[in-house]
Amino acid sequence: MRYLPLTDTDRQAMLATIGAASIDDLFVDVPEVARLDGPIRGLPMHASEMAVERHMKALAAKNLVAGDVPFFLGAGAYRHHVPASVDTIIQRGEFLTAYTPYQPEIAQGTLQVLFEFQTQVARLYGCAVANASLYDGSTACWEAVAMATRVTKRSRAVLSGALHPHYAQVVKTMAHFTGDTIADAMPAITAEPDLDGLIARIDEDTACVVVQYPDILGRISDLTPVAEAAHAKGALLVVVNTEPVALGAIRSPGEMGADIVVGEGQSLGVGLNFGGPYLGLFAVRDPKHVRQMPGRLCGETTDAEGKRGFVLTLSTREQHIRREKATSNICTNSGLCALAFTAHMTLLGEKGLRQLAAENHRLACLAADRLAKVPGVEVLNTAFFNEFTLMLGGKPARAIVRDLAERGVLGGVSLGRLYPGVDALEHALLVAVTETTTEEDIERLAQELEASIKETV
Amino acid sequence: MRYYTDEHEWIEVEGDIATVGITEYAQGQLGDIVFVELPEVGAMIEQGKDAAVVESVKAASDVYAPITGEVTETNAALEEDPALVNSSPEDGGWFFKMTIAAPAELDKLMDEDGYKAFVEDL
Amino acid sequence: MNAPNKSGWKPAMELSEDGMHNGPATTTGNRALMLEEPLLFEIGRADVTGVDLPEIDTSALTRLGGLERADAIGLVGLTEPETVRHYTRLSRQNYGIDLGFFPLGSCTMKHNPRLNEKMARLPGFADIHPLAPQSTVQGALEVVHQLGHWLCTLTGMPAVAMSPKAGAHGELCGILAIRAAHEARGDAREVVLVPESAHGTNPATAAFAGYRVEDIPATPEGRVDVAALKARLGPDVAAVMITNPNTCGLFEKDFREIADAVHAAGGYVYCDGANFNAIVGKVRPGDLGVDAMHINLHKTFSTPHGGGGPGSGPVVLSEALAPYAPLPFVRKDDAGEFYLVEEEDGEECGPTFGRMTAFHGQMGMFTRALTYILSHGADGLKQVAEDAVLNANYILRSMEDILHAPFAASGPCMHEALFGDKDFGGGLSTLDVAKGLIDEGYHPMTVYFPLVVHGAMLVEPTETESKTAIDQFIAAFRAVVERALDGDEALKQAPYYAPRRRLDETGAARKPKLAYEG
Repeated sequence: MRYLPLTDTDRQAMLATIGAASIDDLFVDVPEVARLDGPIRGLPMHASEMAVERHMKALAAKNLVAGDVPFFLGAGAYRHHVPASVDTIIQRGEFLTAYTPYQPEIAQGTLQVLFEFQTQVARLYGCAVANASLYDGSTACWEAVAMATRVTKRSRAVLSGALHPHYAQVVKTMAHFTGDTIADAMPAITAEPDLDGLIARIDEDTACVVVQYPDILGRISDLTPVAEAAHAKGALLVVVNTEPVALGAIRSPGEMGADIVVGEGQSLGVGLNFGGPYLGLFAVRDPKHVRQMPGRLCGETTDAEGKRGFVLTLSTREQHIRREKATSNICTNSGLCALAFTAHMTLLGEKGLRQLAAENHRLACLAADRLAKVPGVEVLNTAFFNEFTLMLGGKPARAIVRDLAERGVLGGVSLGRLYPGVDALEHALLVAVTETTTEEDIERLAQELEASIKETV
Repeated sequence: MRYYTDEHEWIEVEGDIATVGITEYAQGQLGDIVFVELPEVGAMIEQGKDAAVVESVKAASDVYAPITGEVTETNAALEEDPALVNSSPEDGGWFFKMTIAAPAELDKLMDEDGYKAFVEDL
Repeated sequence: MNAPNKSGWKPAMELSEDGMHNGPATTTGNRALMLEEPLLFEIGRADVTGVDLPEIDTSALTRLGGLERADAIGLVGLTEPETVRHYTRLSRQNYGIDLGFFPLGSCTMKHNPRLNEKMARLPGFADIHPLAPQSTVQGALEVVHQLGHWLCTLTGMPAVAMSPKAGAHGELCGILAIRAAHEARGDAREVVLVPESAHGTNPATAAFAGYRVEDIPATPEGRVDVAALKARLGPDVAAVMITNPNTCGLFEKDFREIADAVHAAGGYVYCDGANFNAIVGKVRPGDLGVDAMHINLHKTFSTPHGGGGPGSGPVVLSEALAPYAPLPFVRKDDAGEFYLVEEEDGEECGPTFGRMTAFHGQMGMFTRALTYILSHGADGLKQVAEDAVLNANYILRSMEDILHAPFAASGPCMHEALFGDKDFGGGLSTLDVAKGLIDEGYHPMTVYFPLVVHGAMLVEPTETESKTAIDQFIAAFRAVVERALDGDEALKQAPYYAPRRRLDETGAARKPKLAYEG
């Protein structure tokens, strides 16, 4: 077996050193009833690299690759071009096969990367401090709510109706168990988000108000009034961002007064991967909130010779020290995805990120204009970045999406899939456009959409 | 008059107000202290229950209220310089001041000699 | 002799007077292949990019609702050659499994097969969207289904929740399912029992789920005190969380008896499966009465640790808990089509406790883990467990004469060997031994965990080390331990040869500097 270096001769010699007659002597503490007499039945035996590759390739071949067709899906996961060097960097064994930097003297590579990553995320979000990452955007969203309850000592969170419904579900699932109250809502199909309605829901018991930016319908609006209203009631503003590339074009949440900014970092470096692993980003605007943050933090220090170095710090917030009093039960970060994100961000830099954002927006504007010309289709949004909502003139978007797939176009995410059973939302289609979209793709979508609408009842 | 608990807090009573901190022995056990989380002024704290947290790099320890009462003042100097707890645990490194709700609770605590003997036995 | 040495190149080694090679300080701070690397923000520039993108007139950005960024973000960029060099240099300041022996107990740092990486990168897995129409991602759903089948079969459990993103997230999943099951019966239990030796995530998870955590004592031989546990069971105990094999490296031989007692008292049994690699293919936890157990794919099934994640923590569930599993999950219909159950009020979802994450879990880890599992097969996985346990026992018995092994008399260890710092001289500690091992070229073992042993050193060799590599480690470990027993003061300053000497963690925590300023 290609991954197991011991030979039978080695095994015998080692058993002799141990003083055991056989391997089974080492498993004597397993009760009789649970001991198996051989390999578990009904499962295949070991296989060569070639055989396994064949098996996996056959499975992969059953999927329609996003890059092979006109592709317009978003809703929290975006297809961007990842420069080739990013993948070679994350495949370096010293990064790939390292672990959490518990021994900082021999983990300065990971630690410096995390310090640079934290700095990039904090600046992108307009915040003072970012952590070393969490699992993904949705779990980061819940962690933000939990942190707000700790900071304010209140237990009610107000969710914007235009927060990603999966994120809202994660928050509600967790809050059920912690005993926190979640006030959520359905998105209103309006050209602009109803911030006044959101503000009206903030009360004296509110720990935080959670707003997505750009929101689930792709809309963007100035959140400063929400921040002011929240602060006036002693609540925090949590802003959720699922498309970091947008922040290369539009103002940062921190600038608008967000106290905690969280998001999904998948867009940069990570790829679609059918939903995971992704990268949870988490930052706070006010450094005084640092000790209430969840997850790992990397800090700068010096070594015994006075050289600059980095360590994990403020660990007393964490489960391995604080146990049942920890700020979160989280143990890992999303290290390798954080490396991919930061390497991609380094390649882009300020200039590249702004250009990338501009290109996304330019193509999205082209797509919106073209799709608006499809008979029966309207663009809902006044403002958007690279994703917008199409109203399909009373046609069911779920069926249209399936039909488009039959036609070889992955045309978007239907709100019907995101909000099953909600009649008011079933005619809306989310369309995302990135730098990977070509003008030909847009034309193809427009034509197929037109045909599909005609033929779908 | 200074009293000690078997959880290594000291409490100095002056009139109606008592000052609380951790002992020289405790700071020695904890090592370099990096952060002290103090109670809020006005908080009611109860004998034997959590009142503050003292943190070293690798440990977080609860500091218990030696007696019941209301917190009247906290040591702002610790925010800027938590190392005071190491350098001057029983003086400049005090944690908070509090009222004395039930003076009889003090009777359960040790005096200086009693605490010395207690530590020697550890 | 005809014109000897025309080139003038005269190979000769000159030693300094003390026979050492310590040369003078260099102007760069570099030492040949040991290269210092500045921070990105010290070498990057705002107007440099390593990606060619079209220059666009930003005044054409018309539909941003007046929210255009006015100020600089504060990012810097590097060209591709600079980027590759920056990260390559940084990588060389890291220790990884690829470089050497990494016996980090409880973390299972085994070899990460490269076929796994190659398969995860197939566009058919890497370039598909989580919300793509299900007819277009049948292969991906089948991967989830196949891996789930393997995990159920290997553990002897009827159901599995695939979405948890890491071990701790899996623990949370299991405990939430337990809480949901109690709630469904209107049974408001408040307490979860956790042994002192448990991973910190156990009590943190139970507390998060709203439970009060109580310690279970251990016996002097390093196992759960069954009598004490039974005495504590009652109508207020929702669950026990037991790691098996436990963090002292021992198999909990009374697990079945414990599980029966817990069930009789109306509670559930959560097994922390972090150490499943010791028994995979040899023992099915389902045969021991487990109700829920997470499996760290990055431990047992070799997905890379990546400098701290991403992990993946599927949870196998008993019949009693399966109905409460979180959304979404994959099913197969009679026609052989795979589909996702993702709607909370849908007909098929049952009394699920909800949703733990936005999408379907760590797909990229599933493909890697399935690749690993298929490579080993049922026979290979059994060999994995046997070799891991053999290697650990070999280390235990090769060290116990000089290093305190508190549970050496408790029987064979499983996949890891636990030692303590008894009898070290000169005020030396476990930390000093760990740092001494760094100088010897090893990643240290896990230190100061579990908490039940003073100065704990938890050594986990894994099955992917050769006997030669283990013998070399034992020789080095013995040498460092002997220095510690002798009170060798020099150890207090170790490591001497790492990219950095000991770092000031106290200073870092007192005045946190968590982002570059400048």
